[in-house]
Amino acid sequence: MANIEFRGVSKRYDDGPATVPGLDLEIRDGEFMVLVGPSGCGKSTTLRMIAGLESISSGDLYIGGHRVNDLPPKDRDIAMVFQNYALYPHMSVFENMAFGLRVRNFPKLGIERRVREAAETLGLSDLLHRKPGQLSGGQNQRVALGRAMVRDPQVFLFDEPLSNLDAELRVQMRGVIHRLHHQLGTTSVYVTHDQVEAMTLGTRIAILNGGELMQVGTPLELYNDPDNTFVAGFMGSPPMNLLQVVNDGRQLSCDLLTLPHAQLQGLNRELLLGLRPEKLVYASSAPANWPRLTGNIELVESLGAEMLVHLRVGSAQLVARLAGLRAFSLGDALELAFDPAALYLFDGASQQRIRAGSAKAGVSQC
Amino acid sequence: MNTMIERLREGRTAPVKRVLRDIFSWRFALLTFSALIVVYPLLWVVSLAFSGQQSLTLVQLSHDASLRQQLLALIPLPEVWTLDNFRAVLTKQPFLRWIGNSLVVALATTVVGLTLSCTAAYAFSRFRFAGRQRGLTLFLISQMFPAVLMLIPLYVIVVQWLGLGNSWLGLILVYAITALPFCVWMLKGYFDTLPYEIEESALLEGASRWTIFIRIILPLARPAIAVTGLFAFMTAWNEFILASIFMDDESLYTVPVGLRFFVSDYASEWGYFAAGSILVSLPVILLFLSLQRYLVSGLSAGAVKG
Repeated sequence: MANIEFRGVSKRYDDGPATVPGLDLEIRDGEFMVLVGPSGCGKSTTLRMIAGLESISSGDLYIGGHRVNDLPPKDRDIAMVFQNYALYPHMSVFENMAFGLRVRNFPKLGIERRVREAAETLGLSDLLHRKPGQLSGGQNQRVALGRAMVRDPQVFLFDEPLSNLDAELRVQMRGVIHRLHHQLGTTSVYVTHDQVEAMTLGTRIAILNGGELMQVGTPLELYNDPDNTFVAGFMGSPPMNLLQVVNDGRQLSCDLLTLPHAQLQGLNRELLLGLRPEKLVYASSAPANWPRLTGNIELVESLGAEMLVHLRVGSAQLVARLAGLRAFSLGDALELAFDPAALYLFDGASQQRIRAGSAKAGVSQC
Repeated sequence: MNTMIERLREGRTAPVKRVLRDIFSWRFALLTFSALIVVYPLLWVVSLAFSGQQSLTLVQLSHDASLRQQLLALIPLPEVWTLDNFRAVLTKQPFLRWIGNSLVVALATTVVGLTLSCTAAYAFSRFRFAGRQRGLTLFLISQMFPAVLMLIPLYVIVVQWLGLGNSWLGLILVYAITALPFCVWMLKGYFDTLPYEIEESALLEGASRWTIFIRIILPLARPAIAVTGLFAFMTAWNEFILASIFMDDESLYTVPVGLRFFVSDYASEWGYFAAGSILVSLPVILLFLSLQRYLVSGLSAGAVKG
C-alpha cells in the first residue's frame, strides 16, 4: 500500500491548452479518494497519469514516496478497473484473472489459489470457465475487480466502473466495491461524474473543474462547507439554490428578499446567496423569526417520502425539498421559510465563498 | 427459396399465389438471367473437363444441322462422361509438380505477407509516429495503379538487380509485397475496432507490447487475419503474368503458368486446360469453406466500427 502525491502535475496535449494545469493533491495511504467533476474536467487524465498511461508534462508524481514520472505502467504495481471492463474476450474468466500473474511468472499453484480466493470473494466461483461474452455487465465488472484484486497491488484505480451498468446493479456494485475497500484497505482512486457514487464511496472527495482542483475533503465537509459555488452546485441533489443579490453596504437585496447584514463593507456589489433545497420548510411550521418567501409552483416531482417543488419567485427559480406528500396545482402560491443560519454567501465575480460571519445577523423579511 | 418451399409445404393457398407472382416477376427473370451469365461459362469448363476430348466443341454439327440441333449444341453437355482428362493431366503432364510449386509459393506468400502486414498494421493502428499518415496514404495510392504497370520495374529489380529470376524466393517476395498494402489496410481497420483499454489493462498487468500482440491482439483479430491470409494466398495462387515472366524453367512453373501451355500456338488441349482449371480451384474452394465462418465478420469488420 502507498500514498500518492501530485506536486504541480500538469498535462498538456501537443500545443493545446493544459488539460490539467497544475495539480497539487495528496492521496493518503489506504484512503478511498474519489475524483469527481463534469466531463472534460481532467479527472480521467489525472487517473491515467497515476497509471502511467498518460505521460506527465511537468511536475512530479510520487507513489509510496518514489517519483514515478518515468516509470512504465507495469512497474508501478497498480491495478485498474475500466468503464468498459476491458476483459480479454477470448479468455475464460479464470484466464482473465490469471493473466497478470502469468505474465509476471507467478508459480502455478499460487495463481490457482489466488484466483479461486478472489472468485470466492466476488461470487464468481461458478463462472470461472465461462467467457466474458457469456456474462452480464455486472458479472463482467466483478471479473474486472477480481483481476485487479489477485495481484494485490499498491493502488487500485477505477475509471467510471459503474457507468455501463443499470441503476439497480450500480447500487449493488457500489456495495461490492465499498466492502472490498473495507476488507483490503488498499489505497484507491475512483473517477466518476456521479455525485451519489462520490458521496457514498469516498473517504475523501476531490472535485475538479476544467482541470482545476475546486476542493478536497470528506463528503460531509464538501456538502456542509463548500469553498465555492461550483462545489455547492455539484454536491447534493438537487443542487444548492443560488440567488443573485445586490450588496448596498447595509443590506442584501433581490426580488424576493432583503437581508440586513452586519459585515458587508469591503465586499463586492454583486453577491450570490446559497440555500440548500432541504433547508426550505413550510412557513406555517417555521419559527416566526425565520425569513419567508412566496413563489408560484412551476413543477412538482414526487419521490414518495418527499417531493421536489420548483418555484418561481420573481425572476429567480428555487427548488425546495419538502417532506411528505401534498396535492399542489401548478401556479399555486406557496409560502416557505428558511433558517438564516443555513445561508451561504459567495462572491459574485470570483464565485468563492465569503466565510467571515455569514448571513447570521439580524434578518428581516421584505 | 426456402421460405417459398416452406409455404408450399404448408399448403397455404394465398402465399402460393404470391410465390407464383414472384416467380413470374421481372425481378426473378433478371436474377435468373444474371445467374446464367455467371454459371454458363463454368458449365462449359466442367463439361469440357469431363468430356475426355480436347476440342472446344462438344457436339459435332453437320453443315445441314437443323435449328433444333444447333440450339441443343449450345447446352454444354458432353456426349460421354469420363475422367480421362483428369487422369492425363495428373499422370502424363507435370501438373502435380506445378501444383506443388504453387502451394509452396502461395503458402510462403501467405506467411510472409501476414507476418509483415500484421506487425505493420498494428503499428499503424496503435502507435503515433512521424510519417504514419503519409505511409498509409502511400499504401492507398499504390493500389490505384494497374498491376501491369509494375511489370517492368519489378523485372528490373527482382531479376536484374537481385538475381532472383527463375526462383521461388523472387516470386514470394513480389507477391507478399504487392499484397501488403491491401492486407495492412484491412488489418489496420480491424485492429482499430479492438478497444484500446484491453491493451492498457494488459500493460498495467505487466505484459510487454510483444506479449500483448501475440497473446491478445492476434487471437482477437482471427477473423480479419483469416480473410487477409486468404487474400494473400489467392494473390499468389492465381497470379499469372509475373510468374510467366520470372520463371523460365518448366519444372519451377506455378499452376497458372503451366496451364497456359496446354493452350498455345502449338497445342490446343482444351480438355486438359479445363480439367486443370478445376483442379486448381479446388484448394481455394476448400480454403473458402474452411474459413467461411470468419469471412462475413472479417470482411465487414474493417468497414464499420463497433
